[in-house]
Amino acid sequence: MCLAIPAQIIEVANDDSLATVDILGVRRKVNVDLLSDDPPQLGEWVLVHVGFAMNKISAERAAEQIELLSMLGEATAALEEADGYDFAAPHVSPFAETEEQPLAADDSRPRSDR
Amino acid sequence: MKYVDEFRDPVMIRKTLAEIHAVADPRQYYRIMEVCGGHTHAIFRFGLKELLPDNVELVHGPGCPVCVLPMGRMDDGLDLAADPNVIFTAFGDMMRVPGSQGSPLESKARGADVRVVYSPLDALKIARQNPDRRVVFFAIGFETTAPSTAVTLMQAKKLGVMNFSVFCNHVTIIPAIRAILDSPDMRLNGFIGPGHVSTVIGCRPYEFIARDYRCPIAVSGFEPADILQSLLMVLRQLRSGAAKVENQYDRVVPWEGNLVALKTLAEVFEVRPHFEWRGLGFISHSALRINDRYAAWDAEKTMNIRGISVADPKAAQCGEVLKGVLKPHQCKLFGKECTPERPIGALMVSAEGACAAHFKYGVTPQQRPTGELTELPVISL
Repeated sequence: MCLAIPAQIIEVANDDSLATVDILGVRRKVNVDLLSDDPPQLGEWVLVHVGFAMNKISAERAAEQIELLSMLGEATAALEEADGYDFAAPHVSPFAETEEQPLAADDSRPRSDR
Repeated sequence: MKYVDEFRDPVMIRKTLAEIHAVADPRQYYRIMEVCGGHTHAIFRFGLKELLPDNVELVHGPGCPVCVLPMGRMDDGLDLAADPNVIFTAFGDMMRVPGSQGSPLESKARGADVRVVYSPLDALKIARQNPDRRVVFFAIGFETTAPSTAVTLMQAKKLGVMNFSVFCNHVTIIPAIRAILDSPDMRLNGFIGPGHVSTVIGCRPYEFIARDYRCPIAVSGFEPADILQSLLMVLRQLRSGAAKVENQYDRVVPWEGNLVALKTLAEVFEVRPHFEWRGLGFISHSALRINDRYAAWDAEKTMNIRGISVADPKAAQCGEVLKGVLKPHQCKLFGKECTPERPIGALMVSAEGACAAHFKYGVTPQQRPTGELTELPVISL
């Protein structure tokens, strides 16, 4: 729950406040209401927390955060979380079957708490 | 320095460490609290304690929402889950947290409809897909997650989803820090401030720590280099007699926080008069509840909740560990009756919990150096 996962905007949000992002190699929708002062634009990076973009970050910072997640042994949990976001319209995303890019992670740690 | 070479910037880390060793006065003993559970996890994972001078102690703070939730609230939530018409939803972190009658996972095994969600919006979606069932979302977390719950409630109201309820357990970090500073058995010299909470609340709310308690605080990122730099900032302030709020994580945390997020909190929540924290007891104005505008979605107003207080298992010393009075391995149950596989207290469940981190990474207990050391004076009001 306390993970912050970097995501890159692939499609900006419409009226539904949901932007399409690439999040650890998976395409998902995230809510951008909390950034309505300065909505994230195509190609920009955001930190995502329980399905909500919380703040914008630089591409460099995003790469560091991805590396940090894998160093903390949280990469698998983060991928599971990103993959689990399921609140977009009740259709199956055509991208849901896309090959996921697992992080090169030392994630041998059992994560039975997620 | 066994871990240093695997860090992103070993040169920078070595330089920071050298400065820490130079700035820490060998005649003083420093107790610095890292408030956030994410920092606790990183400190254990990267073995940072072993790199620090013997007279610099890192004390683990209350910033793990799963850990500070009193058992009674878990019981209340699982009472709701027992109703066959209810779909009980919660984050994955909650699933193995023990209530007095077992965890959500055990409730599920007994037949309750318990589902893991990754976002409160997922819970709202389940409600829309199951109009004949009541969907309860067990909301938990500090200011980092509370705005997400708020936006979800605003959507539920806008869409008129009336079979969706939130059991609100959101807490706020500032009153907990104040309670720790006021606690007579705590002697802290400074703080490493939480990173992601601060992206929402900003740095201003910490000013009282510096002003009223003369304690330095540095809001910190989560990289090993960030944590060490923040610690250095705090030690430098202590050495020079300063006490102020510094923002080490300014590439992510704006000084003013996220005003949109703060507005959504104000729209949906109000401050509770008091709330119980595991280990810290009842703390005034330390939690959020849903306000009257959103009463129709508030499980506490619309559903039958007993609201009883349940004592932790007697032998467990979660409270002392949470307050930083005991180290995890000093608890009588640590690694014996209480393990990540069979947790008795929540600190053994969450990755951010001090006990789980300590168990997993098995740090050598810090030896207090021998000889005469001066405790820095702690001013209490």
